[in-house]
Amino acid sequence: MKSHEQERRNRRLGVTYSAPMGLWLVLFFLIPLAIIILYSFLRKGLYGGVEPHWSLAAYEQMFNPNFLRVLFRTLWISVVATAITIILALPCGYAIARSRNQVFWLALVIIPFWTNSLIRIYAWIAILSNEGFVNEALRSVGIIRDSLQLMYHQGTVITVLIYMYIPFAILPLFTTIDKFDFQLLEAARDIGATKAQSIFKVLIPNIRSGVVTAVIFTFIPIFGAYTVPLLVGGKDSYMVGNIIVDQVTKTRNWPLASAFSLLITLVSTVGVVWMLVSSAGERARLKTSGNGRGTAEVNS
Amino acid sequence: MRTQQPAKRQIFEPTKLVDPPKGPIGPYRVPRSHVFRDHHWFGFSQIMLVVVILFLFMPLFVVITYSFNASRGMRWTGFSLQWYHQLFTGSRELWRAFGNSFIIALSSAFVATVIGSLAAVGIRWYRFKSRAFIQTLSFLPMILPEVIIGISMLIFFSAIQFPLGMVTIFIAHTTFNLPFVFLLVSARLDEFDFSVIEAARDLGATERQTLIKVIVPSITPGVLSGFLMAITMSLEDFVITFFVSGPGSTTLPLYVYSMIRYGVSPVINALSMVLILSIMLIALLFRRFLKTIAASS
Repeated sequence: MKSHEQERRNRRLGVTYSAPMGLWLVLFFLIPLAIIILYSFLRKGLYGGVEPHWSLAAYEQMFNPNFLRVLFRTLWISVVATAITIILALPCGYAIARSRNQVFWLALVIIPFWTNSLIRIYAWIAILSNEGFVNEALRSVGIIRDSLQLMYHQGTVITVLIYMYIPFAILPLFTTIDKFDFQLLEAARDIGATKAQSIFKVLIPNIRSGVVTAVIFTFIPIFGAYTVPLLVGGKDSYMVGNIIVDQVTKTRNWPLASAFSLLITLVSTVGVVWMLVSSAGERARLKTSGNGRGTAEVNS
Repeated sequence: MRTQQPAKRQIFEPTKLVDPPKGPIGPYRVPRSHVFRDHHWFGFSQIMLVVVILFLFMPLFVVITYSFNASRGMRWTGFSLQWYHQLFTGSRELWRAFGNSFIIALSSAFVATVIGSLAAVGIRWYRFKSRAFIQTLSFLPMILPEVIIGISMLIFFSAIQFPLGMVTIFIAHTTFNLPFVFLLVSARLDEFDFSVIEAARDLGATERQTLIKVIVPSITPGVLSGFLMAITMSLEDFVITFFVSGPGSTTLPLYVYSMIRYGVSPVINALSMVLILSIMLIALLFRRFLKTIAASS
């Protein structure tokens, strides 16, 4: 009788405490998303906005070869930038986790990460532009007379994207590696694994959820990047984020912008589900193995 | 090769392994020197870490250095503080934008912290039907690219014909701040011992007394780091603000954006220096929470 009452009380309190956030997010996040889904199936209005007629025009326009090219380019840039970011971030996360001065190194990662993103992009412009640091330095030494065109390349966009999002990868990797039992690496080495084997067969499988989180946290924002390609990119680095903004602010084709937004939302949702499944799988594995660690498989 | 390696180790290892563990009986703890056997200060991962940190700081150092340059461009012509002078005395527009940013950061961080912390308490400690729904819902805004959130808000506000301005920026910032506060406070609650609450209840505390005297003090560090995170992110945000701002509601990032479109500006260099210094100060003040913040972002 009492437990039943307590359960009801629990439910009431839980709802009371979390209702404001639930309502806020439904009103200002879920409903706007629903409106985007709705708009993508409507006909475009003359001066922005939509007309109340069902239409699949937006989705037909998406398959325009020009847009497809941008889509594949976005995918390519995101994959390359994410891959390089993860490859760079893994040893960093490992080194911070093994360091005796974790907070110091974390601060060094977090300080640039907290610095205004526009300031960070601006810093790259100050370095790479025609009158920028590199060109002026080379000119004063006398190596070049004309400016080197360092900006407005795809390579520049990828470099700056890596710069912007590498902390997003280092932080979750650090958090997972920090929980890893380094004695497992010792054990692997003791039974004859090489250093590389102990990293790839013991460490990586055990921090899989952290790697997945890092991939998602870099891939999704890069896939939806807008400011970086706008400010340091050229024609060969126009990305989906730029299409969306131009369709809203310049071409005023809101249904098309909505359709592209929906596409990015779907990609992101798939990523989030993957991440949740992978971390749930890890938790289940931790529960079944007694010492809280997976089994270390090493070929001898 | 491979067969030789273990043999080499056996020369000195048995002496260590034969030693009976000192102290209370329990799992044998490997000596620290032994654990860190393969751990050299200049290992591959340490070098990578230093290289990446240099990569992260290099652009900032360049900008800071050139904020002391006597001339406008990126050619060094001598030391001068004139750009700081101009930043602090001759940039009224910039400081008005900063004021707007500050008002929005404080208000949205405050609202997000109150609502988000309450929700974290509700979801971590009580079981109810829509729990999983709210939890998933709180996760999505964090992962969705900013462009999508900005566009969807812009379309939403124009659909309900709400005028763009400070209020819409406040709403947008609170929306993207909520998940972070919720996550940071949740992380803190996970470490918290629920039995303390039961003890308080058993000793006769009312629900409200439990909330104010037990729950609030114990989650304060999490709440504070959530508030701090929210302020930083609000001051930082450009993309979402760009879409939901209206006339007269220019924030600092929007102002910076309008300036850097015209190329290198020494006043922005000086501003960068000020912003980076204040962030270093914040990181120093909140160094205790850096690990929690790392875990949640």
